Amino acid sequence: MKRVFRSAFPLTIPVLLGYISVGIAFGLLVVKSDLDLWVALLMSVLVYAGAMQFLAIQLLVNPVSILQVAIITLFVNIRHLFYGLSFIDLFKTFGIKKHYMIFALTDETYSLLCAIALKEDVDQENLFFAVSFLNQLYWITGTLIGYLIGSWLVFDTTGIEFAMTALFVVIFIEQWLGYKDHRPSLIGLGSSLIAVMVFGPKNMILPAMVMILIGLMGSKSLIESKEVHL
Amino acid sequence: MTFILILVMALVTYLIRISPFILFGKHQKTPLWVTYLGKYLPPAVMSMLIIYSLKDINPMDYIHSLPVLIAILTTGVLHLWKRNNLLSIISGTVVYMMLIQKVFI
Repeated sequence: MKRVFRSAFPLTIPVLLGYISVGIAFGLLVVKSDLDLWVALLMSVLVYAGAMQFLAIQLLVNPVSILQVAIITLFVNIRHLFYGLSFIDLFKTFGIKKHYMIFALTDETYSLLCAIALKEDVDQENLFFAVSFLNQLYWITGTLIGYLIGSWLVFDTTGIEFAMTALFVVIFIEQWLGYKDHRPSLIGLGSSLIAVMVFGPKNMILPAMVMILIGLMGSKSLIESKEVHL
Repeated sequence: MTFILILVMALVTYLIRISPFILFGKHQKTPLWVTYLGKYLPPAVMSMLIIYSLKDINPMDYIHSLPVLIAILTTGVLHLWKRNNLLSIISGTVVYMMLIQKVFI
């Protein structure tokens, strides 16, 4: 297992940077909102969803009903519904670790696992688990650091959250180079841009996902034929 | 109350993450359209996440959109050139931080 973690670590470095920095930002925001350390840690351990946790700070400071919290969570995290689809067959072979793998399927862990899944000659069960576990460890560590250093930061970290966008850009490029057909990437870009413009930044996720699903299902035969013939 | 609300968020998030496995995991073989989506959703979702992470930036508001554009180009060009994830991410982030802290104020 130790060897697995050693080979998993280099793979997780991009997420390490992203999660530690965004985790710190989250921890700082929790302090500023006068919430306790256990609130921050409980969220990072049990909820483990970046964008949702930032939103949760607002929901906890100005409490709303349980039903509202449930619906907002559903809308913000509904994109995670997609992620398991890629691993249904693979995770079936994972035994008890399967449950943690499913729980820990965040945006970044999902992207990383997609990239690792392209490599064939690896012990996927243990490597996948190690990657997921390390990623959550970074997230919790970042949360803790952010809470502890609170306001006495020595350097200006404004803009460090761009690490997350940069990670998405890098993975986007890797996927662009890895897939023969670029239509899925373009469908994603187009759908999201239209969703932002038509429905506004706050409500873009659901319409974007619906358009992506329609776009992908609509061009299913085109995309599949290209993959076979080239 | 805080504790209960966090539990609700955790439960809903976990239910979302596990639902594909509950819906399709029992079949001997996953339906073909699910396999298709599983293969081609990742690039589409990754595109969506880029836009999602930039959703609050107005392209016409140059003070905020230009640093993002420059930082994304830095990340992208560097990555196409070196194919080194860490180098691309750190460079893009440092460029972005310098731009919004020192240049576009």
